Amino acid sequence: MSQMSKIVRTQSNIIFPFIMIFGLYVIAHGHLTPGGGFQGGAVVASGCIMLLVAYSSAWVLEKIKVSRLSVFESLGALGFIGVAFFGLIFGGWFFNNFLVRNGILFNVVPETGSTLSNFNTAGVLPLMNFAVGVKVIAGLFVIVLVMGYASSLKEWKQ
Amino acid sequence: MIYNIPFIAVVAMIFIGLFAVLFKRNLVKIVIGISIIESGVNLFLITLGYREGGVAPIFTSAPSEVVKNAPGSMVLPVPQALTLTSIVIGVAVLALMLSLIMHIYEHYGTLDVRKIRGPEE
Amino acid sequence: MNWFELITLHSPPLIVAVPLLAAFLTPLVSKINDTVRNLFVLIMLSITGLLVLILGYDVLTNGIRVYVFGGGAPLPSGMNIPVRIMFEIDSMTIFMVIITIILALISILYSWSFMKDKDGLDKYYTIILLLVTSIFGMELTGDLFNFFVFLEISCITSCALIAFYVNKKESLDAAFKYIVISSIGALFILFAIGLLYAQYNALNMATIANAIQFTFFDKIVLVLLITGLAMKSGLAPMHMWLPDAYSRSPASVTFILVGATLAGLYGSLRVIFTIYGNQLLNTGFTFYPGLIIGIIVTALGVLSIFIGVFMALKRSDFKKMIAYTAVAEIGYMFLAIGSYLIGLALSVPDNPQMLIAGTYALKGGLFHILNDALDIGLLFLVAGAVYYATKQTSLNSLGGLARNMKYTTIFFLIGLLAVSGMPPMNGFASKLLIYQSTYQISPILSIIAIICSIMLLAVFVKVFQSIFLGPEIPSLKNVKEVPKSMLAAMALVACIIIFIGLFPNIIIDNLVTPAAEALQNTTTYISTIVGGT
Repeated sequence: MSQMSKIVRTQSNIIFPFIMIFGLYVIAHGHLTPGGGFQGGAVVASGCIMLLVAYSSAWVLEKIKVSRLSVFESLGALGFIGVAFFGLIFGGWFFNNFLVRNGILFNVVPETGSTLSNFNTAGVLPLMNFAVGVKVIAGLFVIVLVMGYASSLKEWKQ
Repeated sequence: MIYNIPFIAVVAMIFIGLFAVLFKRNLVKIVIGISIIESGVNLFLITLGYREGGVAPIFTSAPSEVVKNAPGSMVLPVPQALTLTSIVIGVAVLALMLSLIMHIYEHYGTLDVRKIRGPEE
Repeated sequence: MNWFELITLHSPPLIVAVPLLAAFLTPLVSKINDTVRNLFVLIMLSITGLLVLILGYDVLTNGIRVYVFGGGAPLPSGMNIPVRIMFEIDSMTIFMVIITIILALISILYSWSFMKDKDGLDKYYTIILLLVTSIFGMELTGDLFNFFVFLEISCITSCALIAFYVNKKESLDAAFKYIVISSIGALFILFAIGLLYAQYNALNMATIANAIQFTFFDKIVLVLLITGLAMKSGLAPMHMWLPDAYSRSPASVTFILVGATLAGLYGSLRVIFTIYGNQLLNTGFTFYPGLIIGIIVTALGVLSIFIGVFMALKRSDFKKMIAYTAVAEIGYMFLAIGSYLIGLALSVPDNPQMLIAGTYALKGGLFHILNDALDIGLLFLVAGAVYYATKQTSLNSLGGLARNMKYTTIFFLIGLLAVSGMPPMNGFASKLLIYQSTYQISPILSIIAIICSIMLLAVFVKVFQSIFLGPEIPSLKNVKEVPKSMLAAMALVACIIIFIGLFPNIIIDNLVTPAAEALQNTTTYISTIVGGT
């Protein structure tokens, strides 16, 4: 596949930051509004794939190596399982929510009923959302990048 | 009666998907059939949780008369979590099947299921 | 609490979490060196084996135990439905977990030198660790949707491993067949779990078992669950993926795939005995639903035995014969389970002899799970060793290998005797239990089982003669014996087979009888979570 025309490339350059900001918003507010790790990660990954379609996959592969994206993916997965093990070490049970009442960061318990949403709540969940979001972005992007690269290698017989 | 229409749609989607998997010859159509079955099962899981007159189960932004009798007038949130997990698994399975189809096309040169056979010995 | 009790308390999630952590760390570790990565995987699995032994000793002496994720009591204050995800470990679980860790350790030991000169090995070790995690998760959990998630993880990872030889076109075809059948089976299971949740508002196995009544929807759920799980474990007529997938993947991968298949069998045991236990095993009904399920399961088991044995007779590919034998052995296990259900139903108008026969059939079936995993696994390891030395798998082009590969010949002889149920091996003990008990329920079943077992002996003696004995073929003149780690793995399996064959009472009294009692006794399982009110 070859690069698309200059109009398409310029438009995707303009739109990509907005998509990324919206996707990161969906990841970060997963404990308050609908969304979370996988949903926001899929939005950001679709923005990256839009860039991949506009510039060809060969061009993108010169800039980004697949092995570095794999390190990114491993770090996201290790973050998730590491937070679960911290629940075992600090809270006494596996996957325990050890930050919710007496932790450092997200330790406010909201009162029941209709209140204003407070970002500082819900303990360990925003950390797990971030880890899963990073892993999903890297994972989905690598899948489509490798598929695009593989399909441009050989001439397809008809 | 009108609340039964999603269930009828679920059964229709599962049967259409099974028909595509069993009777179609192109590999990509078989994969599309599996995707339709999976959409049908996800629709079934979400429709289970509907309660009449319920609002979305976001506790901190619910209107106040809903909060007074909260468990009775919100839609069930647990099937939504089950559906989300199922969609994630479906994405992974679909990516795997499409990569296998790309490899198969490169080796065999055709996507017809009847012509793809290993050595029968 | 001292250290030992702390580890025993937290070992159920650690058995699942330690291989998962190792799987996520392997891509980073493998950037250092190859040997470091192999040692790292082996050490992590050994730690898991230690945890399995500690947990097994505790459960077999103290009884059932429950682990609640996120801490606290199973019933949080003010609620009367268990809402948290729980692992519930009884003796049947410990039996399957011990089988799985033996299979995983021997497979990693074997693939140390079987896979040495191939590339893409860091992904191979990552995916094998994820497959081991998913099998442990399927066996330890007490929550239905958790079981479904681990089932899907095992489908995806084992499909990726079957297609490991991407340069050969047959492996891709086998992997595609496997993923289509497995994902449709898993979607049926998800549909059934949705129906159960809609009726009883709970996903926990013990809560559903407490509250179940045999309505019309429950019958649909039972059929869908047994069909989906039988698709995963290779029961005829859903066995089409099994010969291709077992024979076209690397031998160390097939060794763990046997474990994944047996985890599907464990799932169907949980559905029949625990979730539907109060309905199917209750003999106070006027019509016996257990009798109908027993007849269907027995019929499918006999069909699997026939298809497995007769299709294995006319093949000329070494690995495909062993794969069809695996189909037949799954048929033996389902035959034993069906005989128990029939024996239970027929024993009601005061005929307790049938119940005793049925209990022996259940013990024979459970013992056969252990024996079959080891026997079929040993045969596949030998086939892998022959492929490693000669790069061929067809019987027409192999011959006279016993001159150069002495140890491999001995191991194949041991595996051959074990699969067909000959006396000094472990296959004899479990098959004798199955023959004795099914004879009292119906003599025809027992006759079919004995005849098919003898035909398996005929098939494998022919294979043995044509590969290892006979004149030497000139193109195979200088094959060498396989490397030491593969020989060590095969020797370990052979030693376990001979040990179980000579002293079967140790295994039956300590492992199989508590597992059979845990399956028959559903009230212990339910009352640990729901409470004895």
